[in-house]
Amino acid sequence: MGQKVLLSSKEINIILHRLACQLLENHLDFANTVLIGIQPRGTFVVERLTKILKEEYGVKNIQLGLLDITFYRDDFRRGEKPLEATETKMDFLVEDKKVVLIDDVLYTGRSIRAALTAIQSFGRPSEIELLTLIDRRFSRHLPIQPNYRGRQVDAINNEKVEVMWEEKDGKDIIYLKNK
Amino acid sequence: MSELSVNHLLGIKYLKEKDIQLIFETADHFKEVINRSIKKVPSLRDITIANIFFENSTRTKLSFELAEKRLSADVINFSAGQSSVKKGETLIDTVNNILSMKVDMVVMRHPNPGAGIFLSKHVKAAIVNAGDGAHEHPTQALLDSFSIREKLGDVAGKNVVIVGDILHSRVALSNIFALKLQGANVKVCGPKTLIPKHIESLGVEVETNLKKALNWCDVANMLRIQNERLDISYFPTTREYTQQFGVNKTLLDNLDKEIVIMHPGPINRGVEITSDVADSKQSIILNQVENGVAIRMAVIYLLASKIK
Repeated sequence: MGQKVLLSSKEINIILHRLACQLLENHLDFANTVLIGIQPRGTFVVERLTKILKEEYGVKNIQLGLLDITFYRDDFRRGEKPLEATETKMDFLVEDKKVVLIDDVLYTGRSIRAALTAIQSFGRPSEIELLTLIDRRFSRHLPIQPNYRGRQVDAINNEKVEVMWEEKDGKDIIYLKNK
Repeated sequence: MSELSVNHLLGIKYLKEKDIQLIFETADHFKEVINRSIKKVPSLRDITIANIFFENSTRTKLSFELAEKRLSADVINFSAGQSSVKKGETLIDTVNNILSMKVDMVVMRHPNPGAGIFLSKHVKAAIVNAGDGAHEHPTQALLDSFSIREKLGDVAGKNVVIVGDILHSRVALSNIFALKLQGANVKVCGPKTLIPKHIESLGVEVETNLKKALNWCDVANMLRIQNERLDISYFPTTREYTQQFGVNKTLLDNLDKEIVIMHPGPINRGVEITSDVADSKQSIILNQVENGVAIRMAVIYLLASKIK
């Protein structure tokens, strides 16, 4: 199985800082903005970004949510195995708020489609943006594009982007692997 | 992800411990969903479910119907009272006629023990047993254990006493299977006439002194005296039953510890428990009802994911 390093720990850190600055540019004090990580893998990205915004740019009171999209997916009963749900932590409504959906890899766009449906259960946001760490170009099934992207990659269908996080896997690194 | 080891929910007897844990973990997520302002998810848009009730039910039927609708399934309801069953149609014919309308799952309550098992062998649909005679009522036992887990953190190692009419109760039997499977200690308590012979073979102990039983337990599950099933006289009078096996506030206050009171409903207030006990903070009766919807959503979701 061939694999190559797409982003090293240092590069990930630089990219997260850039993304944090881009968010800051558009949302300033985050008074009416909520950051929502898509479970399970978007959680790490959103937590890192929040940490950078709080500790290095002095942003206070960032509203943070974690959204599980399992029950909103369109491939129920189509896969080999049942879909596994994770926890949803949304202790606020998104009514009239600016929502930034955050995930690690944007591939077909189906997860984001599900997240757009899921978010409606928590109210009608004034607008929704999308941030992804890795944007896999040319592989979209739906007309969905990110507003903020960490790195754009051209990966063919039998390749897989694997994102590892220090909190979970021991170190930050992103691989491009053959399936 | 793991999946259920069964294609139908016919009874707790056919489940494994890991099935129960999977149902509970899934129900945790659904409990969060039903506490949102919009309480619905679109998972089962392409599933049609028939609720077939050959016996009266309010709570279970409403709970199932709500669970199905919260999952966005299409629902049809059927009550035997208003149907061709009265004209002489057999169970298999009735169900096959309903299935010809492209129904994927059948939730059935039936007065005969084993009706669900019989049906599962003859029709092509996932079957959920919503109570079959005095045999099993699996979703009730699951929601009871789920409520204990929620209140006390775990079911394993807890002492649970089931009080009342054990002989006619499908809730008691399913609860015994579920609690034993999860490693709880179980006693049954009631008049000897209402305790089946050989019940010890299920790994439970019999206690005929209510006070002793309550002093032993962490949880007391109080069952209703099912007057509609009592064909002969099993105890002299209701008043005497209440004196010996009814729980009141004085009795609870005199125990060494605070125990949890459960009841599957409907309650006969003043018979098996008094109103001040049913409405006390020790009682989790209404939590059981809320958890019932989450548990049924989990069961239906997990079974539906196995329909190909």
